[in-house]
Amino acid sequence: MQFLNGITLLLVYQLIGEVTVRLAGVPIPGPVLGMVMLFITLWIRGQTPESVEQASSALLSHLSLLFVPAGVGMMAHFNRIADEWIPIALSLLLSTVITMVATALIMQLTTRWLVKPGAGGEGRGNE
Amino acid sequence: MNDAALTDIWVYLSASPLLGLTITLVAYGLAYRLYLRTDASPLANPVVTSVAMLIGLLLLTGTSYNDYFEGGQFVHFLLGPATVALAVPLYQQFSKLRQLWLPVTISLFCGVVIAAGSSIALARLLGGSLEIQMSLAPKSATAPVAMGISEKIGGLPSLTAVLVVVTGITGAVLGTKLFEWIRVRDDTAKGIAMGVAAHGIGTARAFQVSSQMGAFSGLAMALSAFATALLVPWLVDLIESLLPV
Repeated sequence: MQFLNGITLLLVYQLIGEVTVRLAGVPIPGPVLGMVMLFITLWIRGQTPESVEQASSALLSHLSLLFVPAGVGMMAHFNRIADEWIPIALSLLLSTVITMVATALIMQLTTRWLVKPGAGGEGRGNE
Repeated sequence: MNDAALTDIWVYLSASPLLGLTITLVAYGLAYRLYLRTDASPLANPVVTSVAMLIGLLLLTGTSYNDYFEGGQFVHFLLGPATVALAVPLYQQFSKLRQLWLPVTISLFCGVVIAAGSSIALARLLGGSLEIQMSLAPKSATAPVAMGISEKIGGLPSLTAVLVVVTGITGAVLGTKLFEWIRVRDDTAKGIAMGVAAHGIGTARAFQVSSQMGAFSGLAMALSAFATALLVPWLVDLIESLLPV
């Protein structure tokens, strides 16, 4: 029952998110807004209910599975990709590498510059 | 069993979501076992192997993607509640997050601009068509956001969905090695970079490294969804004026 309550709650938040996004016409996906609202709820309550904890870890432990159907969608675009594979492949690969390296370095440097090492004694992560 | 009976069974199966759903789970189960067998090597990413197996199987049996997706959609649907579920690890990292809000904000802004700007610029320099450039622009955002943006700026939403998955896989496969090379060791910095560059697939990978990296990756993915939606259309206009076609 716990798990069922948890999953129901996640769906309710998603539903509220979807409806709000549509009513307000904001360019954000419903589930993302639902996540923000659940986060705020947990923050106000000051703890995570067991049911939500269970449902969330069940879904997140196999997050990669959920991307498989979209990935198989590649077969519907074989022709398009074959026509322009060089710009697609190189741009995708290089841009992902550049983004990852730059973001990690910016985060590391700004953390060192802007976060006082004394603040709770864990401002520098796992170093 | 004769051929007519087999044909009947096939007609039934290909019209029902049962087959698409089952083969998705079986393929992922096999892919995940292979992944564990290789000591969780990022090269054996279970998304890559299961997508390859499924495409192979569909091509061999002459099944269309639409028929497969009748069943696949049930798995695809869970992306929604899974996104909502990210609030939980995020909340568990709340005290850490409160300390790091300024670096996180700066890194996110820069990361989103670099992700979209570099993919448009590179595709343009390499001679990609405008449609391809616009389909690539939101590739680092999570699928539902990316498809919406792609449509808005003149890309092909369904192609964008595929590019989003390939981007996620690329990030998940290369991530840990890249961080080693550039000597970034904080799980918070690695997580933010993973989530900004490689959304949910990167986040799935990040959770395998540590729950802190996963939580920050999930956070970065969620916030960059907002940032991408707000910044990319503006960025496209800017690039139009700087780098005319």
